[in-house]
Amino acid sequence: MRCGDFKESYLEDEKIFQTWFVKFWLAALFLFLLAFPLLADAYMLYLANIIGFAIIGAVGLNLLTGFTGQISLGHAAFVGVGGYATAILMTRLNLPFWVALPIAGFISAGVGMVIGIPSLRVKGLYLVIATLAAQFILEFTFVHWESMTKGIRGINVPPPELGGFVFDTERSFYFITLAVAVFAVFFARNVVRTRWGRAFVAIRDRDLAAEIMGINLFRYKLAAFALSSFYAGIAGGLWVAFMKVVTPEHFPFGLSIQYLAMVIVGGLGTVLGSIFGAIFMTMVPELLNVLSGMAKDWFPGMDQLFIPLKDVIFGTLIVSFLIFEPHGLAEIWNRVKSFFSLWPFSY
Amino acid sequence: MDIIPQIIVSGLAAGGVYGLIALGFVLIYKATSILNLATGEFMTVGAFICFTGLTYLSLPFSIAFIGTLLFAAFLGIIVERLMLRPLIGEPIISVIMVTIGLGSILKGLTHMIWSPEYRSFPRIFPPQPLDLGFAIVPSGLLWGFISAIIFTILFTCIFRFTRTGLAMRATAANQQAALSMGISVKRVFAISWSFAAIAAAVGGIIIGNISGISIHLGHIGLKVLSVIILGGLDSIVGAIVGGFIIGLLENFAGVYLDSYFGGGVKEVVPFVVLVIILMIRPYGIFGKPIIERV
Repeated sequence: MRCGDFKESYLEDEKIFQTWFVKFWLAALFLFLLAFPLLADAYMLYLANIIGFAIIGAVGLNLLTGFTGQISLGHAAFVGVGGYATAILMTRLNLPFWVALPIAGFISAGVGMVIGIPSLRVKGLYLVIATLAAQFILEFTFVHWESMTKGIRGINVPPPELGGFVFDTERSFYFITLAVAVFAVFFARNVVRTRWGRAFVAIRDRDLAAEIMGINLFRYKLAAFALSSFYAGIAGGLWVAFMKVVTPEHFPFGLSIQYLAMVIVGGLGTVLGSIFGAIFMTMVPELLNVLSGMAKDWFPGMDQLFIPLKDVIFGTLIVSFLIFEPHGLAEIWNRVKSFFSLWPFSY
Repeated sequence: MDIIPQIIVSGLAAGGVYGLIALGFVLIYKATSILNLATGEFMTVGAFICFTGLTYLSLPFSIAFIGTLLFAAFLGIIVERLMLRPLIGEPIISVIMVTIGLGSILKGLTHMIWSPEYRSFPRIFPPQPLDLGFAIVPSGLLWGFISAIIFTILFTCIFRFTRTGLAMRATAANQQAALSMGISVKRVFAISWSFAAIAAAVGGIIIGNISGISIHLGHIGLKVLSVIILGGLDSIVGAIVGGFIIGLLENFAGVYLDSYFGGGVKEVVPFVVLVIILMIRPYGIFGKPIIERV
């Protein structure tokens, strides 16, 4: 048991895994995640995949909203851009998935930078509205740019393939999702302790002060938008390849709110928080689904209440976390951890 | 008949309603510096309450209408007390997200109580359209426009000439100074929220009366954001002028651009305008520029 906090260099202080204890359990978790497909059924693997995409998207949004302080209500649209880019690159240009996915990420990042331009002049409320407008304009584009997106009919996407092996089941796709999600989290966790990450945090805390300290607002704000949209694009590309189809109604305004909810419920400005938030906000509707399915036997018509109930519970979660636990699940996790490491002397 | 006067007339009529809804945003923003993204849901709830009063309870319109206004005022006060007051002094993202969460709750509740299908509103205005000679105004739009103008004038008068309005303006100008002059800022917040909820409910009833009600009525609430950005977040005049401009633009775009983009342009034009304004003149036509110094 570690007692006291002795660090002699900044390098030690900056370490991500500070003790062997943490490293051990993280390795155990990773092994469990690798072994998970052997234990789980198709539905659980489906959920695991969905959670994986949510984690990638939420980590991306947290880099923008939690670390850089730029609120975005258009995250779902960037997910959509990534999804459509992947689908179009794979079907029109016959690119393999492995090439199409990163390109889609970069396309999404490009669109994100364009949307990010107003952030140089406006902030706070105005930026929220600008990103909201972007959401609706991009949604409109998905529906009406028929020559490219095939409108509401959508595009069918072939599954990814590697050396003759086709990733077309939940089980095989799980490994792609796992690999990308782990890499995405690893990258985000590291980016926030570099010069760029510190610049992001400085902009969040006070943009004028940051500028005076020599941080180029133009460059770093756009970088944050690009990075966040890149993550969104990757999440969208994976999602499309997993679902094998892309249609405009998959990226509604509601999904943007859901991503923001993940980031807030998880905890703004912590990578761990986005992971918790993504898991939590994906599991809640599924649990509700199961519960309303069970309640159907006693209360007929209960399953029709499921969709609105989801709205109500999402809203309640957002509101109550903001009022009662603004630092989110990550903070609860820290409290639980410190309770055990300090027990029985809670000071 | 020439088409242009017709477009102008419908644009102005729609713009009047937008102006009223925008007023709801501006009232809250001026007093509390909060942008209420749940305005659309406030509209839906108001429209449905009035609808229920008229159909299920078969009340006369005047009573159903007053009942709706009372309910809206009550809803505004409750929301302010339970959700916004604990967040005073919190960062802007928390406050915005709370209104989004509130919108989600209200949307779910309306969906649960009044199932999602589309309904037409019972007729409350005389049905014959007004023939201006060069253009015909459908009855819904005409009466909607008239009531929107009446309410806009009413709210402006309250804001300008009453003691409450003075207190609200004082709070908007400087909260500390208002407090030291003996104005209850908490009360001003509650009143602003209930006024805004009333404005939204009236807007909802008018829109419902023109195009029928469903749980998706609130979508207009988001469209109106472009009106307040154009007019300036903190300007009542701006809300009204902005409403007319957006109403006109949207109708012209709907007629002339729809064939190029395959329909639905009307829905997206306000957002395009919004982005352009944000890039050129973020504080709007009549808004106060924010100057920051370290």
